[in-house]
Amino acid sequence: MWVRSTMAYRTSFLIMTLGNLLATGLDFVAIALMFTHIGELGGFTLDEVAFLYGTTSVAFGLADLTLGTMGRLGSRVRDGTMDTLLVRPVPILAQVAADRFALRRLGRITQGVLVLGWSLSRLDIDWTVDRALLMPVALLSGGVIFGALFVLGGAFQFWAKDASEVQNAFTFGGTTLLEYPPTVFGKELLRGVTFVVPLAFVNWLPALHILGRPNPLGLPGWIGFAAPLVACGCCAVAGLAWRAGLRAYQSTGS
Amino acid sequence: MRLYAAVAVSGFKRYATYRVATVAGVFTNTVFGFILAYTYTALWDERPHLGGYDLAQALTFVWLGQALLAAVALMGGGFQEELQERIRSGDIAVDLYRPVDLQLWWLATELGRALFQLLGRGVVPMAVGALVFELRLPASPLTWLWFLLSVVLAVCVGFAVRYLVSLAAFWLLDGTGLAMLSGLLCLFFSGMILPLNVFPGQLGEIARALPWAAMLQVPADVFLEEHRGPGLLRAFVFQAGWAVALLAAGRALQSAATRKVVVQGG
Repeated sequence: MWVRSTMAYRTSFLIMTLGNLLATGLDFVAIALMFTHIGELGGFTLDEVAFLYGTTSVAFGLADLTLGTMGRLGSRVRDGTMDTLLVRPVPILAQVAADRFALRRLGRITQGVLVLGWSLSRLDIDWTVDRALLMPVALLSGGVIFGALFVLGGAFQFWAKDASEVQNAFTFGGTTLLEYPPTVFGKELLRGVTFVVPLAFVNWLPALHILGRPNPLGLPGWIGFAAPLVACGCCAVAGLAWRAGLRAYQSTGS
Repeated sequence: MRLYAAVAVSGFKRYATYRVATVAGVFTNTVFGFILAYTYTALWDERPHLGGYDLAQALTFVWLGQALLAAVALMGGGFQEELQERIRSGDIAVDLYRPVDLQLWWLATELGRALFQLLGRGVVPMAVGALVFELRLPASPLTWLWFLLSVVLAVCVGFAVRYLVSLAAFWLLDGTGLAMLSGLLCLFFSGMILPLNVFPGQLGEIARALPWAAMLQVPADVFLEEHRGPGLLRAFVFQAGWAVALLAAGRALQSAATRKVVVQGG
């Protein structure tokens, strides 16, 4: 239904999809502009940074396409329209995900795939079996980890009601972080995103193994393969938080 | 005049009611500030004095961007969504009957909103940045005053751009796509993603001449005391010039749109 309703305003839809393509595109243009002044950033070349950029963008795009509407949950809790979802015989999570499903978000994945393809064509990667295998696994687990963050943020809205910005800090902030090489950031921050909010598993840890780079924290190369496990763990936490949030939900009004 | 002052006050109060949202915004701005500050440190380590800034100036630029993001609405937002919704639903017809000037009315709400966002979402991230990193704060108290004047002009330019974009909803009906595109262009060409003086060659010259430069690059350079004496005056003329030109364009588009308003109402 939302796909059809979007199509009702065709010009706007076209502009929006193009805008989405451009959205993350301009980010990458900014990184490319940085590289007109420097050869390496934190010891990484433009091709390698493009690889990091592309993998984050695809993983985030997957999560955003399916669960990006979680950010709107706060307004539903505020104006009480959450109730209409509760009385329908369909899982609430599925309803929130489908609410205002926006096809235009395909733009972000497309752009990520383009940058990733460009970087792969320029990088000289030694494609051993484990590396080739890690690639799709990492992209999917990365998408799942971001998805779990979206759900977690959504669950938080049941209490906070209008704090979708906090969610942005982790999701959009996370993508910005992961677009750059881990060597750029302080060790404290790296530990935080490895062990506390496991964003590093979205792309940094698998990417370090694929690019044949040492881990700045001294962790072994196989840690990248833990991404699916971490993704499952994130889902479990997000699921629990979601249920607790639903239980805590109090409708507005009398 | 008293009316518009009251409108501005109500704009301030309206945003002041969302306390949790403000705290959440401060948190997000601070997180982004840290991420960007680290990347800029790596960048300036490779190339000290890139774009004529030293590291302290570059880091100050980062935190200024975070502090002004909400106030100048560098990602879009503010009145924009509401105005577009009123145009789409046809409620705008009622607004046009009112004995107030539509453009000035929204500008007044915007100034009130911006003042609140500057205090609510600007001060804390800037303070955190100054505590953790070595920033270049203005030596002269007069610079703070010039900076505030520059921010007011920046808000006016930002408003004028988004007003033009919003009016496009009269023709497109659903203006969200265009609003998004405009927000992205603003992020890129205001210097929010990368300072405009780091942009190479011709691209840099063009970017610095566009109205978006008046929204972050110019206030930041005023703060960093890059503009002095006649240079400072030139900076203000640049900002005010774009503000007047774009507000006039908005006015012209508004009268063209008003003649068209019958379309939705029948």
